[in-house]
Amino acid sequence: MKDSQPRRTMLYVPGNMPSMLQNVPLFKCDSVILDLEDAVNHAEKDAARNLVRRFLQSWKERDKEVLVRINPLNTKWGHDDLRAILPEMPDAIRFPMCETAEMALELDAELARYEAANGLEIGHFGILPSIETVKSVLNAYAIATSTKRIFGLAFGAEDYTASMGVARTNSGEDLMHPRMMIVMAARAAGIQAIDTVFSDVSDMEALRRETELVKRLGYTGKCLVNPRQIDVIHEAFAPRREEIDHAQEVVEAIRQAHAAGTGVVSLRGKMVDAPIVKRAINTLRIAYAQGLVDTPVDEEILNG
Amino acid sequence: MAKNSLGREIPETFNGKSYIPYRDPHSIKPETFHFQRASRVLKRNYSGASKVAGGLREAIIASGLKNGMTISTHHHLRNGDRLLNDVVREIDALGLRDIRIASSSVHIVHAELIPYIRKGVITALECGVNGPIGEQISRGELECPIVVRSHGGRARSVISGEVPIDVAFLAAPYCDEYGNFNGFYGPSACGSLGYALVDAQYARKVVAVTDNLVPYPALPISVAQNIVDIVATVGSLGDPKKIVSSTTQLTKDPMGLLIAKYAAAVIDASGYLKNGFSFQTGTGGISLAVAGHVRDMMRDRKIKGSFGCGGITGFFVDMLDEGLFEGLFDVQCFDLKAVESIGRNRKHQEMSAGLYANPFNMGAVVNRLDCAILSATEIDVNFNVNVNTESSGLLLHNTGGHCDVAKGAKVSIIVCPSIRGRLPMVRDEVTTITTPGETVGVVVTERGIAVNDHLPELKAELIRRRAPVKDIRQLRDEIYAVTGAPRPVEFTDKVVGLIEYLDGTIIDTVRTVRA
Repeated sequence: MKDSQPRRTMLYVPGNMPSMLQNVPLFKCDSVILDLEDAVNHAEKDAARNLVRRFLQSWKERDKEVLVRINPLNTKWGHDDLRAILPEMPDAIRFPMCETAEMALELDAELARYEAANGLEIGHFGILPSIETVKSVLNAYAIATSTKRIFGLAFGAEDYTASMGVARTNSGEDLMHPRMMIVMAARAAGIQAIDTVFSDVSDMEALRRETELVKRLGYTGKCLVNPRQIDVIHEAFAPRREEIDHAQEVVEAIRQAHAAGTGVVSLRGKMVDAPIVKRAINTLRIAYAQGLVDTPVDEEILNG
Repeated sequence: MAKNSLGREIPETFNGKSYIPYRDPHSIKPETFHFQRASRVLKRNYSGASKVAGGLREAIIASGLKNGMTISTHHHLRNGDRLLNDVVREIDALGLRDIRIASSSVHIVHAELIPYIRKGVITALECGVNGPIGEQISRGELECPIVVRSHGGRARSVISGEVPIDVAFLAAPYCDEYGNFNGFYGPSACGSLGYALVDAQYARKVVAVTDNLVPYPALPISVAQNIVDIVATVGSLGDPKKIVSSTTQLTKDPMGLLIAKYAAAVIDASGYLKNGFSFQTGTGGISLAVAGHVRDMMRDRKIKGSFGCGGITGFFVDMLDEGLFEGLFDVQCFDLKAVESIGRNRKHQEMSAGLYANPFNMGAVVNRLDCAILSATEIDVNFNVNVNTESSGLLLHNTGGHCDVAKGAKVSIIVCPSIRGRLPMVRDEVTTITTPGETVGVVVTERGIAVNDHLPELKAELIRRRAPVKDIRQLRDEIYAVTGAPRPVEFTDKVVGLIEYLDGTIIDTVRTVRA
């Protein structure tokens, strides 16, 4: 289910800040990205790597998805990051500066080697590539489809605007094109699209507007650097009442069909096929996470 | 030494007086004590002449203050107050010794008193203290017996005559020559004079000290001419800008905001958040963030509350002005916006400490509170709360209204980060018990919510809403897993202070820390 779990909020936490790492279990985000890359200056790379490793060792009851943003593999830290982190079993690697399918495949091969050597299922570790240069935007679909480990594409606006040679604006025209490209590539590949961080922590209304915009475009989540933004993003991604009602009807129709022993399901004369069921389940999962429905969705419903 | 019901060793006598060990929050009656009511001698003043005696020195002389007597001041100017320091300086200059201070509170600014304590001018504190005086006393570096009382407990002790105040020096920011005054206007305006109102009624001599003598009559009246003996004029009462403690801003700390969100969820689940809701928070970034959530919920649901209470901030003033409350009960103004409001809005009601929280009367305002947010320096697994000492063992904080409000409110909610400076705040035992656990409803930390057994329905409702409800011992275990179990602070046997419960019994002691 890795591909469809809710990732409305993917919170970056600097790997070199113990005071923040200690609070990771308490944040109500869907995923956490422990950062060894941009948040950590060169002098502290080793310390951060050790700290993140020890933090993961001590965090026994993980209640959210854990990613580690390693340094790019073509830097002197990237491979050491992987060696230190993989034994602590993160769910996935946030892969920065992934510009081509080949780069994704290089990480894929490295993860596969580790999995094989340690008796893990091949494909155990996921990859979330950062699409954060003009080149990577143009290669987005090829990257998205390069390996099954990739469950989403994550847009990184800061590096993108730098590589494009434009300034980042509040109005967002500068990001319009890459946002469209990335969400189309992700959706065409059947994976999630995660939007870039919104950096003005004081402006919750602008954050809400931006999140609502990317939700309408087809994004399923957003990265963030400040936990204060979690609630606003969750509210923006919360399904509307009529979406929840419809999803519950779909699930109920399936249940009745299973009970009646029929494989063909219809709702108000329309056939209910697998993608509709999947979407309904996703809707209910997020609704439950948001406290909008009282019981978790029975995911077995898909299998009858 | 006798053990009180919470297992704390209490001396039978302290500084020459005998005390009753704490039993429980309810059973002590006024009849338990031999003092029933402070009475002032009847006086007759034929004259309509001005009561202005001159400056502070002349007023002290006129008051008849003698060695061994007790004086008081109010702390409405908080850390901006200079009156207490000035009065003690004049007392010393007049050669008086062995004076007890029974002010409503003593702040960091009053560290200036330390030399006068060493010199024997001041020999006892019948009130709690904030800052260096308490620190030095608990280090054994300063000798001065201290009895810490809550706001309600202090009002009780003054009204009952347990602590007879010989002369009250009351800062009077807007005052006329015949002794009428209020705190609403003038260069040292501090708003409500809630604590002073008790002293004005029960002290044997009342001196109104003003830096703003206005033509008669000084209206509206908070303290009236018929109970004021002397008026003194000074250049300045202090700096009202320092009324504001640094903590009247909403927190931005993500953990603090998480605590606030959980506390708001507790209020929401309590069932009291409906028309007629009454609420108190203190200052502090977390408390105010809770108030922010409460305001938003009241707005969204079109709830008209009954009253907001306690020390009042601009935040509550905005809620009143917006129509979210019928009124405010204000025992002290925490910022200048509150000061400005109380001077113009009759629904912003000045409230005496006796009305606020004295347990020995026909009903204090805290009895009408639905939900209250309170803080803590430590909490133990029996929900006992410490606000007086820190985990270092040093006496650094006064009680404020903590135990009064915890006892009065239907749901008292303690908000506290689970860890401060690597130390666990939910522990096996607190260093000092200020507020007994049986009067505490809920403890909220960023790691979860612990609900006391006397609120089973609230607990069930929070669980139903999927709030992170945990047994308080589980909460302690989770915190200890990060911090380790704290090594207890080592104390000597020397009792240097008493922590009085609101009913006059002794709930705990302060001992000097072993160096």
